[in-house]
Amino acid sequence: MLRFILRRLLQMVGVVVVLSLLVFLWLRSLPGGTVSAILGEKATPARRAALEKALGLDQPLYVQYWQFLKRAVQGQFGSSTGVQPGVDAMQVFVQRFPATLELSFFALLFAIAAGIPLGYMAARRRTSWFDNLSVVGSLIGVAVPVFFLAFLLKYWFAINLHWLPVSGRQDPSLDATRVTGFFVLDGLLTREYDAAWDALKHLILPSLALATIPFAVIFRITRASVLDVMDEDYVRTAESKGLTNKVIRGRHILRNALLPVVTTIGLQTGGLLVGAVLTERVFSWGGIGEAVAVAFTRRDYAVLQVCILMAAITFVVINLLVDIAYAVIDPRVRTR
Amino acid sequence: MTETIENTRTRGHSEEPLLSVRDLTVTFTRQGEKPFVAVDGVSFDVRPGQTVGLVGESGCGKSVTSLAIMGLLPQRGVRVEGEVLYGGTNLLTQSKEQMRDRRGRDLGMIFQDPLSSLNPVVPIGVQVTEVLERHKGLSRKAATPLAREMLDKVGIPDPNRRLKDYPHQLSGGMRQRALIAMALACAPKVLIADEPTTALDVTIQAQILALLKELVEDSGTALVMITHDLGVVAGLVDRINVLYAGRIVERGDRHPLFAQPRHPYTHGLLSSIPRLDGERGTKLTPIPGSVSDNLPWANACAFAPRCSQPIDVCVEKTPEFVEDGPRALRCHNPVEVSR
Amino acid sequence: MSNPLNPDNLDPRNKKQRIDELAAGSGGTATLTVDDAGHIEESTGVSLIASAWRRLRRNPVFLLGAGITLLFVLLAIFAPLIAPHDPTKGLLLDKVRPQSNPVPGPEAGFPLGADTSGRDVLSRLIVGSRQTLIVGVFATLFGLAGGMSLGVLAGAFSGWVDSLVMRIVDVMLSIPSLLLAVSIAALASRPSQWTVIIAIATVQVPIFARLLRGSMLAQRSSDHVLAARALGVKRSAIVFRHMLPNSLGPVIVQATLVIAGAIIDAAALSFLGLGNPDDRQPEWGQMLGKAQNNIFDNPALAIWPALCIIVVALGFTLMGESLREALDPKSRR
Repeated sequence: MLRFILRRLLQMVGVVVVLSLLVFLWLRSLPGGTVSAILGEKATPARRAALEKALGLDQPLYVQYWQFLKRAVQGQFGSSTGVQPGVDAMQVFVQRFPATLELSFFALLFAIAAGIPLGYMAARRRTSWFDNLSVVGSLIGVAVPVFFLAFLLKYWFAINLHWLPVSGRQDPSLDATRVTGFFVLDGLLTREYDAAWDALKHLILPSLALATIPFAVIFRITRASVLDVMDEDYVRTAESKGLTNKVIRGRHILRNALLPVVTTIGLQTGGLLVGAVLTERVFSWGGIGEAVAVAFTRRDYAVLQVCILMAAITFVVINLLVDIAYAVIDPRVRTR
Repeated sequence: MTETIENTRTRGHSEEPLLSVRDLTVTFTRQGEKPFVAVDGVSFDVRPGQTVGLVGESGCGKSVTSLAIMGLLPQRGVRVEGEVLYGGTNLLTQSKEQMRDRRGRDLGMIFQDPLSSLNPVVPIGVQVTEVLERHKGLSRKAATPLAREMLDKVGIPDPNRRLKDYPHQLSGGMRQRALIAMALACAPKVLIADEPTTALDVTIQAQILALLKELVEDSGTALVMITHDLGVVAGLVDRINVLYAGRIVERGDRHPLFAQPRHPYTHGLLSSIPRLDGERGTKLTPIPGSVSDNLPWANACAFAPRCSQPIDVCVEKTPEFVEDGPRALRCHNPVEVSR
Repeated sequence: MSNPLNPDNLDPRNKKQRIDELAAGSGGTATLTVDDAGHIEESTGVSLIASAWRRLRRNPVFLLGAGITLLFVLLAIFAPLIAPHDPTKGLLLDKVRPQSNPVPGPEAGFPLGADTSGRDVLSRLIVGSRQTLIVGVFATLFGLAGGMSLGVLAGAFSGWVDSLVMRIVDVMLSIPSLLLAVSIAALASRPSQWTVIIAIATVQVPIFARLLRGSMLAQRSSDHVLAARALGVKRSAIVFRHMLPNSLGPVIVQATLVIAGAIIDAAALSFLGLGNPDDRQPEWGQMLGKAQNNIFDNPALAIWPALCIIVVALGFTLMGESLREALDPKSRR
């Protein structure tokens, strides 16, 4: 087990190194080159020259990459030029990361809470109208562009019906105390329950929009997996032992059927980050996703490289955790 | 004479049948396809302590029969007719929940492939205790010593450690022993074994068969043994029912049936078993063709196209099932009795 | 109502047996019928593809998807003939009043009204189908070409080539897809239709590569490849004549699904301002992306292209999913 984790960690380091190389090459290939990438295109020639020297652009490529790596390890990626001009890019990321994490967490919560039970029910009632309807529904969910759905939700529930707030993470007039950067958690910790409730209301629409695709995927994997498992001989054995439906469902069907679902949830984290870029923009969420969207339109490459690197690292780390979780729940992997 | 010896052997079982299958007919009615009769009017009795074999090629309906007895056939698309009497109650008219109460307690079943029949992510111990928890109302803690005892009884060494093991950590024979432990945990009166040794090595096969024999003889459990291999049941069963295309074609106590098979199909099955004591140079004679050559039972003998000695009437009339004491036969032109 | 995606699974035989039969080449197990005689009519010798097609032909989900797709392709081909107006001309420009009435509503001859430049929305939608199809198909083709080269490279050679290629693929997969696409799009100094296509295609490369490698790996140890190797057939011949053709099933399915994804992604790129800025050649994603600016005042401008995208994406998805299920020997649902 320990060796398994070590091997995966080593693999992860490899992925991150290759990734940094790709980001480095990407930065150098951007229109205008590295200098514009860091300073933006409107920098004065004097500053450009100074930076070029400081960055050692006259040096060979591998030296430059080594410099880039050294700075990257220290979290130095330059200052933001477009998202929050003047602020350190790493700082921009750190400030905004909790917002995206909170949104993604709730979206994934929605997706899992709806996807697994519905997937199980659809499989148990296969070919029923419920099954057909939910399968078609999940396919439509994948076909709707996320930002369009976000607009629809906002238009209907926030602007037309006034049920929920239009944008942002919390009503600024509440002047809530900040502890962790996760607003709902902050509200609970400081016992400012009105602030927590307000943050929760702000979360509903964006996390629903963000949840559609992971929901559709989790639903479909659960359904297919339950259908597969229900055909297994060991389920028939369980039936032949006269076990109650509850035990057969929980111990014999779901415990096996959820194994592929766990892997899927890990893979969905990448999709969540993509969805966050689109959803956060619609709801002015102030997270990483919005920063990325703004950074692209304003060509803020300092922020972009941080976000791309960190997004990929987050994805890799989460999948490592998922693999470990998988090993814990599947004895066949554990003892190998 | 063999007849008399055999009668004394079976006399011990001459009480009321424990399980009585009457005219069991199972029809698969798949959407958009012609209904298919998998089991066609099968009747047989099993007395306490008796071992009855259901023998036939794959597709002859023997497994469907066992699933029908257990109430494990899918609800939709399957029509089950006839009666399965267990201690006087017809199991086919019992509710789903009533059958759930009986399975594992009154009726146990073991399956062909021990690896796929065990849940890969649940320890062996839990898979044994869950039966005890369900039917004896025991807690996990109270059931564990019983489960250990059960594993010991089926010949699993070091049962304490094995309780925590997962199926993939056991060998094929151990897995089948574990399955038997689960099926017998609540001491059911009827045990159905569906090809319990097919997936195992030959040496292990013999061990498992010996274990089954020992267990049923000790506890007086009635055993329904389902197999395609007459050789497997030769040393184990009291009575044999030979199935062909969903119908019983021949029945008899073990010795007379083996000594004098009357149906050409049974005869063929026996001739295709290699024998150590056979004369040197005798060739094995396989049955030609396959199940796909079958005729409908409606007005012919389904076996006629593959039969070694068909006569005209075989493709014109359905052969009747003629019972004569323990022997019964469905054939127009049975094999001559050689003396 | 019966859903052919999941026909009743009443086959009393166990699953392994069914798979073995399929693997043995009697792909017609799905149509294995047993008549009253107990005769089992097994269509032996019928290839997996033929039996898949037989199942698909009766599958309403597949037919619906294929119908939508066919309609869409026909629309794209004959768009200029069908469109009632020139999609580039601001025919209703004089009715556009930025303050009071930025978007002219529906009127005679203009059933869906006009956009902010006074151009007929219906005509733009019809003509837009062509660019949408081009984006979807070319992004998929480029992605397929890239992924196939990598996948074949990895699948044909084991050892370090395989490891190297797969490591790169893993890294590409670890970057969230849209982030990768916009990064690629950002590399172009002037965004155009083709930067959008290449950006979306790049995202598909690692997916196709992984898929192809996986199914070629399975092929490599299959009996017919082992037999070919034992007979001394050249490696290139084994790869291209034996392994590749048999690995294509899942790739074709994935391609169908990718077309849908590409059309949606193109819209997302436009939404982020990295789409094709030139709107003289309309494209649905671009129309939807641009409509965001005044979406709450004129939701119709966003809703029409969005509906078109949803329907077409759904068409490709339905087709791809039913193809996948038909080709998958494991599950006949």
